[in-house]
Amino acid sequence: MKELVILSGKGGTGKTSITAAFAGLCSNMMLCDADVDAADLHLVMSPDIRESYDFVGGHEAVINPEKCTGCGRCMDVCRFDAILCDAGSGSFSVDGIGCEGCGVCVDLCPEQAVHFPRKTCGQWFVSQTRFGAMVHARLGIAEENSGRLVALVREEARKRVVAERVDLLITDGPPGIGCPVIASIGQANAVLIVTEPTVSGIHDMERVADLAAHFKIPAMVCINKYDLNPEQATAIEAIAGRKQLEFVGRIPFDPAFTQAMVRGKSVVETHGDSAAGAAVKQIWNKVMESTAMKQDRLC
Amino acid sequence: MPGTLKRILTNWLAWVPEHSLSGEIDPMIISIASGKGGTGKTTVATNLCASLGADLRLLDCDVEEPNAHLFLAPEFTKREKVNAPVPEIDETLCTYCKKCMAICRFGAIAVMGRTIVTFPELCHSCGGCTLICPENAIREADRSIGDVESGILPSLRDTGFARGILDIGQVMAPPVIRQVRTHENPDGLTIIDAPPGTSCPVISAMRGTDVVVLVTEPTPFGLHDLVLAVEAVKLLGIPHGLVINRAGMGDDQVKHYAAREGVPILMEIPFDKRIARAYSKGDLLVEALPEYKEKFQSLYRDIKALAENCCQQTVQVAQ
Repeated sequence: MKELVILSGKGGTGKTSITAAFAGLCSNMMLCDADVDAADLHLVMSPDIRESYDFVGGHEAVINPEKCTGCGRCMDVCRFDAILCDAGSGSFSVDGIGCEGCGVCVDLCPEQAVHFPRKTCGQWFVSQTRFGAMVHARLGIAEENSGRLVALVREEARKRVVAERVDLLITDGPPGIGCPVIASIGQANAVLIVTEPTVSGIHDMERVADLAAHFKIPAMVCINKYDLNPEQATAIEAIAGRKQLEFVGRIPFDPAFTQAMVRGKSVVETHGDSAAGAAVKQIWNKVMESTAMKQDRLC
Repeated sequence: MPGTLKRILTNWLAWVPEHSLSGEIDPMIISIASGKGGTGKTTVATNLCASLGADLRLLDCDVEEPNAHLFLAPEFTKREKVNAPVPEIDETLCTYCKKCMAICRFGAIAVMGRTIVTFPELCHSCGGCTLICPENAIREADRSIGDVESGILPSLRDTGFARGILDIGQVMAPPVIRQVRTHENPDGLTIIDAPPGTSCPVISAMRGTDVVVLVTEPTPFGLHDLVLAVEAVKLLGIPHGLVINRAGMGDDQVKHYAAREGVPILMEIPFDKRIARAYSKGDLLVEALPEYKEKFQSLYRDIKALAENCCQQTVQVAQ
């Protein structure tokens, strides 16, 4: 049992479209949408939700106005500028968006006037799709703890992959290189970086490749929309060689990706015979033949 | 000092054609955000910056993947470390009372018997442990999590520029973003290139700004993430409008949504391979297609009107 994580560094290079296409090419796989901040995979997978759970994240400070004497100690100790003081009444309150959930004001309030309830920060789901099961989530707007929710959906997906003897877990990762990305790659067989032939695509691919190397996860690279700038595409192949990233292929620019998305399908389903569809299939075969994907990392 | 004099003169001359717009610049912070990644935040931020001839600064707050510098060739004059304070225990004073472990909600301090261990990568730098320690045995040491570089854009009349860079392997983007934002322009315009998403990093980049411009693309993914971004901006109570990038490539759902929700569409940039190609090379859109300069100036006027209308409404409500 194996796990492949699709990343890009830069957003909008085609992670989710390629994840969806791969799902249709594998007979025994499970999907995990680890982009909990802006999850999109469900838009092409039309998941039938079978299980739904609350994600209880961190705590948030709440000041009880009846107990508060207005001493201002909470404001002094808060490092996140999350304590508000009403100039007129002199009463204190907590700005929930700024609150880090550290509880320092809770413990140091001389009147014990600060409560610290746990917050439900989102939901996570186990669903069935036309290609297999899918574990996904929705983080509440402006919530923290996205890394913890990513870790949670991945852990649940990996448990189910083992229990249900599924061959492969395909994880659609978040953009960037920060907390949620780090939570999405630990222990994976390999990372596939989907990049594009632009200065930003190259810059961000290098950062995410360095991140994968930092955590010792083998990384492969493919180029989406390569013909928008073939010279940059060649440069990407050279960088891949230098950084010891396995280069697995190029996909031409094709409006079929967007057309498929509008119809709620993957490009392999709607335009399987197109040049783009053929390129995705070739990349899929190369990825699955790679040394990193031959080992069982989940058991 | 002839070199400096020459530069001042050159800058002044370069600035003259834009003079008509300079009188309209007020202190204001515009953040450019999106929800979905790759919709064109950096394109809008950099080209808006290049189209305005006034006292302004561009701050790249996408510290995980900063890209604006690739289009603007900045000359950096300063590099600051971004440090997160983490606890350092003086074991000659520590009595292993566990109060620090109890106050830390992030599991960054563990005490077992007469052993105390800290986990700096879990620390959120709240300072609780140093405040609670009855023996004053904890002091804070700096742990580097990134850098902020600042300087000027010589090709754009020495416009101010700063960017944050999160170190590879670090999880905490918000402190780096907050440090980039210390470079905001106190007397003029600040444009913030925000990270994608709707959680803590983008909130750190948008919080306290005057207007948010949400850049989207007319596809189901673009719309889905735009809806989340609009919710986040509403929660922060900031006036906002849309830029639709790659217009014409998907469907009309984004426009229907904008009409339904009353979110103004400030600009549309069509899907055009010439634009995509210029972007791929690191060229500014206003350089490749100079007619866009006027369009970005018009975008600025609309953004400004949005901020002013909102202020007037607030005043009316207050009255």
